[in-house]
Amino acid sequence: MTPDDLATLAKPANGNGTAGRTGSVAAGDRDDVIVFDNVHKGFGVGSKRTEPLRGVSLRVRRGERLVIIGPSGTGKSVTLRLMLGLLDPDSGTVTVEGRDLSGLDIDELGVLRKRMSMLFQSGALFDSMTVGENVAFPLRAAGERDEAKIAKTVAEKLRQVGLPDTEEKMTSELSGGMKKRAALARSIASRPDIILYDEPTTGLDPIMSDAIAELIIETHEKLRQECDDDPEGNRSITSIVVTHDMHVASKVADRIVMLYDGRVVGDAPPGEYRRLGSNVLPKDAGKHDQMIRQFVRGEAAGPIRTVT
Amino acid sequence: MFGYIIALGRFASDGLRGLGEIAILLLRCLRWLARGIRYKRETVQQFYFIGVQSLPVILTTGAFVGGVMSYTFYNQFITLSVGSWTGAIVYKAMVWQLAPVLVALMLAGRVGCAITAEIGTMNVTEQIDALDTMGTDPVNYLVLPRVLAGFFMTPALTMFAILIGIGAGLFMTVAVQGAEFHFQWTPITDWIDAYDFVHALSKSFVFGATISLICCRNGLKTTGGAEGVGKATTSANVSSCIAVLMLNFILSILLYYFRPVYDVMRLWLDYVWAGGINYLTSWFAA
Repeated sequence: MTPDDLATLAKPANGNGTAGRTGSVAAGDRDDVIVFDNVHKGFGVGSKRTEPLRGVSLRVRRGERLVIIGPSGTGKSVTLRLMLGLLDPDSGTVTVEGRDLSGLDIDELGVLRKRMSMLFQSGALFDSMTVGENVAFPLRAAGERDEAKIAKTVAEKLRQVGLPDTEEKMTSELSGGMKKRAALARSIASRPDIILYDEPTTGLDPIMSDAIAELIIETHEKLRQECDDDPEGNRSITSIVVTHDMHVASKVADRIVMLYDGRVVGDAPPGEYRRLGSNVLPKDAGKHDQMIRQFVRGEAAGPIRTVT
Repeated sequence: MFGYIIALGRFASDGLRGLGEIAILLLRCLRWLARGIRYKRETVQQFYFIGVQSLPVILTTGAFVGGVMSYTFYNQFITLSVGSWTGAIVYKAMVWQLAPVLVALMLAGRVGCAITAEIGTMNVTEQIDALDTMGTDPVNYLVLPRVLAGFFMTPALTMFAILIGIGAGLFMTVAVQGAEFHFQWTPITDWIDAYDFVHALSKSFVFGATISLICCRNGLKTTGGAEGVGKATTSANVSSCIAVLMLNFILSILLYYFRPVYDVMRLWLDYVWAGGINYLTSWFAA
């Protein structure tokens, strides 16, 4: 795929900014776990109004590791919150597992959310609880009452993220990287079908960022293996990572979607982004290709406006 | 001039929106309550925090208010040769107004601020969102235990404040100012009326639930980091105190007019009770 191809992929198919590859997403198929159809979301009123999403359409396919990249303030975290139903779109629809979130009441949303989990940017560990209690929380919330089973799962998940024997520690005793790992252990404790990662490497050093990226891949593969081993075969695991760290994005992603100015400007495998970042752009390269190249290369000069 | 009108309109609309949000929060609490208390451990913790841990500050408040009231009234009444009224006046003042209002104000300060700060901090650090994503409604997990604890523990604390206030008042007049215990105590026993406690406790139930609801709502609406938590906490404290004073005014008037209804109910209950006793007596005799 050439940069020109990527430009074609990134080019909005219509005035609403629907990316070529995602196309019209009005009717999702069975392989789509999450579908955004022309979603608009804004905050505030009058002169203080901002609109981070201005017609985003995208599909998340079952079993993939999708990374959403983009400069700060382009609505990446808002996108994740819309997927969880923590926010409602102003217009357009968000469909998860074939169900339009706007049509669900609080109980139905609660049931759907138990199949999803999110690793928050800050970790969002409950600071009044120990690490073990944090990891056990989703299990208890899902109705598990067998304390021996809970303890076994907690120990297993903490071992899985490289934090063995930390059950009794308070969250304040953990370093930034350890908090992220503990939060990841909590995210996977209830064996979700969809895991959302909101800026999982923010505030971490490059080595720890790489370790977290490895952990995301490892966790995804381990859960996929569990799905493959499931005799009923009706489980799956889909990971969606929001980041502006291109190293993490390239390492983790099966597919990368780039958001800018409230719209999808790129949607392609990581190799295409790398190629676009390293090659010299042809003179007739589109604006979206220039944006992607600027972001991948981390340059201030270019079509992406920076706030200084 | 136009600016003032806009500001007034905005203040009114914010107030109405706040009232609406509190009403919705109350309805959501009642909806969860109808399904039973799921988070029992958190509820017991809140009963302990709001009830037991507030006891020292409530006892101190009650004692000092009862003491200074007695001291002031006795010094005035003794010049009019009605010093023996002091105990009864302090009793009435404590039961009808001072204990319910002061306990509520102290709780708004001690407990209300803590509730808003805790929930507000959880909100700005995404812990509330984390609860939501795990399919746990923050209203069920965080708000309901606090509202229940406020509702039940405020009347209990009010009773303690009344007792310690009257005790401190008697101590001041008898032990410090040299009055006769008998002349202080007898008017109190003469003036005691069950409706006094209906009055005090009814108000306390409402104050307790109101403080918890206002403070939880402010916590859940907190935005903007540490500064936002500070603002939400201040706003919760001010709103709770104003709500307590306004509700006290409204409830005092309503409860005054409720007195005849209470008397009729009381007569009816006495009649039923006496009828039941007569029936049982005759049944045993037969």
